[in-house]
Amino acid sequence: MASPNVLILRAPGTQCDQETAFAFEKAGGTAHILHINRLLESPSRFGQFQILCVPGGFSYGDDVAAGRILANQIQHHLAGHLAEFTAAEKLILGICNGFQVLLKSGILLPPEAERGPAATLTWNDSGRFEDRWVKLSVDSRASVLLAGIESMYLPIAHAEGKFVPRDEATCRQLAAAGQLPLRYRPLADGDDLPLDGPVPFPDNPNGSVANTAGACDPTGRILGLMPHPERHIDRTHHPRWTRGEGGPVGDGLKVFENAIAYFA
Amino acid sequence: MLWEVDIYPAKGHPDLIAEQAATDAADLGLAENLSISAARGYLIQGDLARGQVDRIAAELLADGIVERTVIARVGAAALAEPPNAEKHLVHVLPKPGVMDPVAESALEAIADFGLRADAVRTLKKYWIGDLDAQRLAALCSKILANDAIEQVIIGPLGFDKLRFGSHYDFHLVTVPIRGMDDEALGRLSIDGQLYLSLVEMRTIQAHFRTLGRDPTDVELETIAQTWSEHCSHKTLAGRIDYEDENGQRRFENMLKETIFRATRQIRKAAGNEDWCVSVFSDNAGVVRFDDQYNVVFKVETHNHPSALEPYGGANTGIGGVIRDPMGTGMGAKPICNTDVFCFAPPETPADELPPGVLHPRRVMRGVVAGVRDYGNRMGIPTINGAVYFDPRYLGNPLVYCGNAGLIPADKSFKYPQPGDLIVAIGGRTGRDGIHGATFSSAELTSESETLSGGAVQIGNAITEKMVLDVLIAARDRGLYSAVTDCGAGGFSSAVGEMGENIGAEVNLETVPLKYDGLSYTEIWISEAQERMVLAAPEDKWEELKALCDSEDVEATVIGRFVPTGRLVLKYRGHEVGDLAMEFLHDGRPKIVRQAVYRPQPPVRQALPEEHDWDYTDQLKDILGSLNVASKHWIIRQYDHEVQGGSAIKPLVGVENDGPSDASVIRPRLDSRRGLVFACGMNPCYGDLDTYWMAASAIDEAVRNCVAVGADPRRIAILDNFCWGATDRPETLGSLVRAALACHDVAVALGTPFISGKDSLYNEFRPVGGAESISIPPSLLISAMGQVDDAGRCVTMDLKAPGNLLYQVGVTREEMGGSHFALTQGLSGGQVPKVDATMAKATFIALYRAIGAGLVRACHDLSEGGLAVAAAEMAFAGGCGARLSLAQVPHAIEPDEDSRQELARLAGSLPGEEIHPLATYPAATVALLFAESNTRFLCEVAEEDAGAFEAAMFGVPCARVGEVTGAGKLEILGLAQSIADADSGQGCEIGQPIVIEAELGELKQAWQSPLDW
Repeated sequence: MASPNVLILRAPGTQCDQETAFAFEKAGGTAHILHINRLLESPSRFGQFQILCVPGGFSYGDDVAAGRILANQIQHHLAGHLAEFTAAEKLILGICNGFQVLLKSGILLPPEAERGPAATLTWNDSGRFEDRWVKLSVDSRASVLLAGIESMYLPIAHAEGKFVPRDEATCRQLAAAGQLPLRYRPLADGDDLPLDGPVPFPDNPNGSVANTAGACDPTGRILGLMPHPERHIDRTHHPRWTRGEGGPVGDGLKVFENAIAYFA
Repeated sequence: MLWEVDIYPAKGHPDLIAEQAATDAADLGLAENLSISAARGYLIQGDLARGQVDRIAAELLADGIVERTVIARVGAAALAEPPNAEKHLVHVLPKPGVMDPVAESALEAIADFGLRADAVRTLKKYWIGDLDAQRLAALCSKILANDAIEQVIIGPLGFDKLRFGSHYDFHLVTVPIRGMDDEALGRLSIDGQLYLSLVEMRTIQAHFRTLGRDPTDVELETIAQTWSEHCSHKTLAGRIDYEDENGQRRFENMLKETIFRATRQIRKAAGNEDWCVSVFSDNAGVVRFDDQYNVVFKVETHNHPSALEPYGGANTGIGGVIRDPMGTGMGAKPICNTDVFCFAPPETPADELPPGVLHPRRVMRGVVAGVRDYGNRMGIPTINGAVYFDPRYLGNPLVYCGNAGLIPADKSFKYPQPGDLIVAIGGRTGRDGIHGATFSSAELTSESETLSGGAVQIGNAITEKMVLDVLIAARDRGLYSAVTDCGAGGFSSAVGEMGENIGAEVNLETVPLKYDGLSYTEIWISEAQERMVLAAPEDKWEELKALCDSEDVEATVIGRFVPTGRLVLKYRGHEVGDLAMEFLHDGRPKIVRQAVYRPQPPVRQALPEEHDWDYTDQLKDILGSLNVASKHWIIRQYDHEVQGGSAIKPLVGVENDGPSDASVIRPRLDSRRGLVFACGMNPCYGDLDTYWMAASAIDEAVRNCVAVGADPRRIAILDNFCWGATDRPETLGSLVRAALACHDVAVALGTPFISGKDSLYNEFRPVGGAESISIPPSLLISAMGQVDDAGRCVTMDLKAPGNLLYQVGVTREEMGGSHFALTQGLSGGQVPKVDATMAKATFIALYRAIGAGLVRACHDLSEGGLAVAAAEMAFAGGCGARLSLAQVPHAIEPDEDSRQELARLAGSLPGEEIHPLATYPAATVALLFAESNTRFLCEVAEEDAGAFEAAMFGVPCARVGEVTGAGKLEILGLAQSIADADSGQGCEIGQPIVIEAELGELKQAWQSPLDW
């Protein structure tokens, strides 16, 4: 089959479109960076893509709240087309700001009529933007994008990445359904700790409930995560490569390879 | 109808805004345990029903999971109910005319709901417990709001309508300059915020007398902007009579004859190998990167605005310097930011602040947040920086912001053409930033805050990002023939400079405005942010406009470049200005300035005369001193990895927290080629001798690059002079002396300057007109190096026990201005010098050794010398180290007493080898802590030792220790006689342990001071 077409959605303030496109291309995809205005003009263009990726950045400056304005645009104008896209069993990946957009637009975890959204991403407990590397445990069964991955070491760079479910019951439900497949883990050992046991700052860098770093829909074809897999695809991305740590390629590349392999 | 939506944290969620305010209040000694709650809020004006506002609040403004809202019409009682029975209500709103990007975004997002609001403004609302009126007022003015941009309303809001701008009636203003005497000219210069000298005012007067008319206000403003220090560098690029211990010298153009000349000499010597592309002519310097791309680099300062409004000043400082590469050649893509700050110590007591001065802690928090929010939102990694502290930066902090960009080689030059349209793209023009260019030439006073509030701007990074996105697309489609940024001086500078050799005609009423009420002059000189000016051929305009429209970037034709040699300004059909480009750019009077430098007689430093065996505490003092201490609190707030090319990060080592000498990025993801960024600065040395201060700064910037593996033959540097008032001959003299060093060292190292900038008059005069406080001479050298393969770089953290440690370079008794002197309260001493010939040889030898893979870790020796470098390498790598001072390469001369004692000792211990410095106590201090230049500490695997030593042949280098498995740093002093404790007589030779500390203690000392 021809290499899958990846739509990298760009809006004012999107930043990581080029490196994310590069990661998809390296994994064998054909990346197309497209401005949201082009999609709003002709939403039928969705049809030509197999993968939608909303990359990192500060869409619309994160004014009001991170990802909120782009999420609203999608909700108001593109919801139907996205429903077709997902019904066709295509893939959606949201990274950092893209995760915020997917969550706040209801694409990732559809809101319930009475009870509202299932979860949100809000301000880090530290109250500020932080750039640091985190260790993640991965439930590889939850999402095709995570197939074959047990753990990842990736950087985060965000101010509003604290995952907060609506209530404890919702959190339990999501966890039980395997929809919280990415969790922050202690950097030093602690692999035997329960997934939602306390992981203190900075290993859980933002105070996320149940140490949640990423979430997926029940099908596993829609995945959002705060850490940046596209920032760890090269040997020299690893913060300690000069110490001989990390592999010949970065941990994050596999996410993109999985996305492409899904269409093979 | 005016609605208010207040958004509070929901029960059980932290009130981060209030927590920060309470922390700040405690920091400033205003209140311990302040009882405070906070809400962010929106004022929404429009014909909206309650249900519609509820929907906007629920679906757009607030997050129902973590927040709760209070919604009512302004004036309603519901808005005045305290959440926790607090006493006082304080509203903080942006002043009318101040940018409010969140409100603008909200307004557009409301339209996306199919609803219509007329205006939106954001606010912050604070509820404060018991606090007396005086403390409440202090809390408002010192923490909650900044009077330069925000207004405070205590109690309920007393208005029911948002106002923006007002009607403007045109009338032409002329200034009767022809009839003025000197006193009137002087008054006009100051009252009109022109800040020109009397000679300059007289020159303008004479010019208009010849023309037989008086100037209009906009003509006068245009001249003042163009002739301002900020835009023309008239002091440093002017005539200077300089005198120092070597005699007298007349400069016709000081910069040209020192710094530019160095670059010319280097380029000439390079011949066909010349890798400079465009230097000192465009908005940024340009050098070759690879076959297809060049790289551009620029560093600017934004000191005065940051003193008044730290957040906005730094925010627009970084926003402004990003536009420099964007406005270089045909437009470069920004690839990284750098930032260097100078502050007064954050522990300065709040009650010692002169009126009008913000507390350094607040300045620091504001500046860091300003750079963070703009740089992060632009998607540009901020990868290198430094912070220096000195009490003299109290009234006048320094904010240096840098940006580098990548540009296709064939787009590195611009050629505006006669007939091209003048196109403004990006942000709208408002009343922000009026007189920024001329204001930076004025000394700050306690009144600056009120006088120059207009000079402070707030940025909107997303507007600039949108401009960047379309600019690069337009560049690649060939839609314009020239681009420049709209910075200081606004359109006046941008159009004036681009049309300098052509001529331009501008219709000011076509400029899109943020709000009504701007006069033609304000439109012309406004420094509103996020604007670029293009010269576009008429037949490309339609395509350019369509491209901009397609991404919601405003593009407007505001005039045309016409081959008249004149700058003509029109407003609604009236001609409001007509100036000859020649007068504007070359009419400035050539003033001769006096500069004198008198070398200080050497003052002996009171170094220890008796042996003190243990220097561990002094080492910790230096590690914990503010200049050396970890800046992780700042570094982590910046995204240093966006764009995906990060190869060496600012924090390195086993726990990702050691201080890297330089950062490395791969600007092309498909290539291994890397760029290396570092800086050098040491204001402490300037108090002793600015020549060696400048030389040291260059050496430091270059050696930082070399330490990670940069090729020393491909390092370009920038100068940024921040000085006091250079109308004092001694102050100007100290600057000229630094520039002379820049020339000498740059030439000797083959390291060209490619761009630079100066900021003079950095002085603060407290109320009452007492002595003004000048900053110390502050020369920042920023370096941009290159590596063929980023995958061959090294970092400073120790890698493995058993490896050997080598000191490269010679230690001298150079303790003047050192951090040992600073922390131990010593003055005087010898300032570190640079042996540039040896430096060049050392850099090249080390570069080859690193390139050959012989070096496992490398750290430069700078503040705190060998001891600090060893400590940092050890705790960053989580490996111990054991060093011996006896082997350190040095050129220290013992004094006469020590020599005699050595002779005695040698006589009493025949056959023993005694270190020649063993009896000279100051030597131990110098070997540990001296800050002599061109030195490195290198970790080398045992099996590579021979090859490393061979690679360093001809360069001072010696094995000084090894990496150990013990978790501590241990440094042995020089051999010394030790009395036999048991017998009380006789001698044996031993090496005393002069430093011994657990890595954890050292790291703690280094990390804790700025762990905010």
